[in-house]
Amino acid sequence: MKVLQKSAQEFAQDIDFGNDEISLERFARPTPIVPPANIAGRALSLVIAIMSFLACITVGAVSLVGESAQSWQGQISREATVQIRPSRDFDMEAALVEARTIVTGFDGVRSARIIDVDETASLLEPWLGTGLDMSQLPVPRLVVVTIDEAAPPDFKAIAQTITEAIPGASFDDHRAWVDRLVSMARTTTYVGFAVLGLVLMALILTVVFATRGALASNQGVIEVLHFVGARGGFIAAQFQRRFFWIGLRGALVGGALAILSFVLFQFWAAENLTSPEGQQLGTLFGNFAIGWGAFLGVIFVVILVAILTTITARMTVLRTLYEIDEQRADPSFVG
Amino acid sequence: MIRSGLGVIRFENVGLRYGMETEVLRDVSFHIPEQSFQFLTGPSGAGKTSLLRMLFMALRPTRGSISIFGRDVATLDRHELPLLRRRIGVVFQDFRLLDHMTIYENVALPMRVRGKDEGGFRVDVVELLKWVGLGDKLHALPPVLSGGEKQRVAIARALIDQPELLLADEPTGNVDPHMARRLLRLFLELNRSGTAVVVATHDLGLMEQVDARRLILNNSELEIYG
Repeated sequence: MKVLQKSAQEFAQDIDFGNDEISLERFARPTPIVPPANIAGRALSLVIAIMSFLACITVGAVSLVGESAQSWQGQISREATVQIRPSRDFDMEAALVEARTIVTGFDGVRSARIIDVDETASLLEPWLGTGLDMSQLPVPRLVVVTIDEAAPPDFKAIAQTITEAIPGASFDDHRAWVDRLVSMARTTTYVGFAVLGLVLMALILTVVFATRGALASNQGVIEVLHFVGARGGFIAAQFQRRFFWIGLRGALVGGALAILSFVLFQFWAAENLTSPEGQQLGTLFGNFAIGWGAFLGVIFVVILVAILTTITARMTVLRTLYEIDEQRADPSFVG
Repeated sequence: MIRSGLGVIRFENVGLRYGMETEVLRDVSFHIPEQSFQFLTGPSGAGKTSLLRMLFMALRPTRGSISIFGRDVATLDRHELPLLRRRIGVVFQDFRLLDHMTIYENVALPMRVRGKDEGGFRVDVVELLKWVGLGDKLHALPPVLSGGEKQRVAIARALIDQPELLLADEPTGNVDPHMARRLLRLFLELNRSGTAVVVATHDLGLMEQVDARRLILNNSELEIYG
């Protein structure tokens, strides 16, 4: 050192520190200033993995419910029905054909199909049993109208024309059902988003507290860096880097487990498609496909968690430095 | 580097009180000239560590003014503190070494945080460690060192960037009298090299070996001899 006037050897001999042998080993890569993975880091990774997994599963569930709700709505709104009630001296078959003709004359109607007597009987079978003579019963008859979803017809005009042309006929565009389903689907999606919001909030708080806990074990490092003249940004950068990797590792593990769960779930659903449970679930959730939305959601959660952990580490380090300079330096402060 | 001409540090009527308790320090006035050597002493609990903490800006006075390198501490922005701290080397009583880093890396730490290239300070660090008799332990970790060896590492770390002021808090408190004498000679050698030195100690035997200025804290007041 230039500042020292004597040589090292002279000085060491002079003050009798002994005969030192200088190590000739090569200097390895510098050790990270923040200690490598310790117990707190591993615990933080585990907590982040669990919370990320729960958040990703919630994203998947919300995506599944949202897509299923849209599918229900689509299926219902693809069809409408003409219902003709029987009365005395009324040719039902002629009325059904006329109704079909009227309906198919409108733009936006793809096709119309008369539900014949046998089909009507089978529809009523659960309530009336078998072996009934349908001609003896005043059973309303139906014409199922298939609608072009992209360019739906004028439902009001159809209803008016049908009512005027055929006595006892009515046109049901399932609007009431669609409205209820839309309302239910929206509610379900909102509830899903609310649950997702709560899970993300819990995730954020867990990450914040766990990161703070892990940083507490590094308080000594922060103080030493501070008192050897390191700037706040330099100290924060050391911790940010470390905690970014801890956060990313945990989030990736949680996200990967969630994707694995989705895949297993879909596999199970496909395998059980023919079982009664599978059919019930299939009825409710369609083909049970977890869409790209869910997978994108998982990527979003992983990135969010990594960024969140990094920001928390930065804020906590800067806060600690502020406390050292402002609070602990203030003799009136009783911490 | 701008030098004030008024000394490295100047205290004027400084008082310190923790919370609502009685004053730990009362009307303390002194200055530390450049390249000076002084002991700071007094009975246990007299306020030596508090005074040292004020010297390296880890504690603010309740009243009075402190000027460090010509800057009034009261008007300093906290973002300026790192640059001033880089001009001060501190040897903590409890060493404060980073246990996961080698001795070489601990001593090189101040240079690393200043963003200096390792090629530029490697020789200095090795030479300084040889100076303090630890040239054969460059790659050892602090937990395997004795108290005296840790003390020397802490001293080397405080000196690596050639500070204008060295503050040492009980630097001989953990070592035997023989080692204490050797460390004292090291401080004197550094002082001859241009660093102002303040050694806080209650070891009278140590102080008797050197004819240096003594700042004695007693009953919350400071008396200066020499």
